[in-house]
Amino acid sequence: MNARHPPGLLEGAFLILRKDLLIEWHTRARLNALLFFALATLLIFSFALGPDTKLLEQNAGGYLWLAILFASLMALGESFRVERENASLDGLRLLPVNPRAVFLGKALGNAAILFGLSLVLIPVMVGLFGVSLALGLGSLGLILVLGCLAISAPGTLYSAIASNARARDVLLPLLLFPLIIPALLAAVKATSLVFQGDPMSQLNSWLLLLGGFNLTYWGLGVALFPQVIEE
Amino acid sequence: MDETPAASAPAIELRALSKRFGRHWALAGVDYTLARGDSLLLTGPNGSGKTTLLRLIATAISPSFGAIRVAGLDAVRDREELRRRTGLLSHSSFLYEDLTGEQNLVLAARLLGIPDAQNSARSLLERVGLDWRSGRPVRQFSAGMRKRAAIAKLLLKPPALVLALLDEPFGELDPSGIALMERLIAELLANGVAIVLATHMVDQGRALCRQRLHLQEGRVASP
Repeated sequence: MNARHPPGLLEGAFLILRKDLLIEWHTRARLNALLFFALATLLIFSFALGPDTKLLEQNAGGYLWLAILFASLMALGESFRVERENASLDGLRLLPVNPRAVFLGKALGNAAILFGLSLVLIPVMVGLFGVSLALGLGSLGLILVLGCLAISAPGTLYSAIASNARARDVLLPLLLFPLIIPALLAAVKATSLVFQGDPMSQLNSWLLLLGGFNLTYWGLGVALFPQVIEE
Repeated sequence: MDETPAASAPAIELRALSKRFGRHWALAGVDYTLARGDSLLLTGPNGSGKTTLLRLIATAISPSFGAIRVAGLDAVRDREELRRRTGLLSHSSFLYEDLTGEQNLVLAARLLGIPDAQNSARSLLERVGLDWRSGRPVRQFSAGMRKRAAIAKLLLKPPALVLALLDEPFGELDPSGIALMERLIAELLANGVAIVLATHMVDQGRALCRQRLHLQEGRVASP
């Protein structure tokens, strides 16, 4: 047999990411549930506020991120449910796979799903809330990427912690929400600027803050995940 | 086959190995040494600690007390290298339900760094008699087919393998599957891989293994 060269960190992460996206593609019912959940959230907010277009536009950024946040709980919980079935995560550990590659692959997979979801939600926001993209699609895309990454890194870490608990569905939001609130606030403020214009040029500051949170979350995730998945 | 400095070290060395789950001691003070390439039949009634012992040796769980060495590798300090050289066939198949049999094996082969992952996966699935269903999701597999796929996944590990831990390897298999498993065990032993076989099919196990360890309530006992 030819010599074996186990994959490095990034290649291993890519293989895990590909595996997670393949599983999601095979079970599209889960993606559909995620989408309908987020759409229903936006619809309820829109009905609750009534036809006041100014109010709708003002709060649109907050509602978008609330819909993404609620849907993320579903996505994050699912991402470790598939690892619990047949003890598949044990299978990865015993191969062995670098646990940091597992973290990066799963967190990037979760971020990709949330980003995909947010792309579907934007046209809905335009239709339901009457928002316009004052600062262009590029700025909004960057905010969505950074925001989804900021949810997925601690979300993946906490989902791994909660996956072994009996009350995992309750535990995940309890652990996750307090940690990501600062990053979500930055994402909401930046998104509102894209929707309403940025006369004071504040967008870059919020983006920098969001980037800083991402560095912290991803750094902690990479450092702590190996301890989390070992017994 | 093994050229590491620890090539002369026993396949397994257990010293005062103990494992506690809550207040319950699943294993208490197990000492045992198994030579390289040797075979051990692990017996005992349900709940005697057989699966716990195999999972400890495979480093799927950590001991509460005591020490484990596999081929001279410490289960804590050299965990990653030990995992590379140990294969576990468990009650759980370690397979992803929503991937096909082939996708599961290709993923494992790529993560193990096997150069031609696709062909290796296909040939192993053929070897365990699963080639005709390899394109179906594992969710649609019967229990016996899952076991065969898990066996194929275990066989991805050689040539680094020095120890195979087999927990009820004949369970769920039909007669042809049992014959296949027996052939594979004989092949592994012929290649110098030590075997630990936990089974309630004692006569079958005795025919395959030279040593025997009986557990009773987490302790080594006379059969």
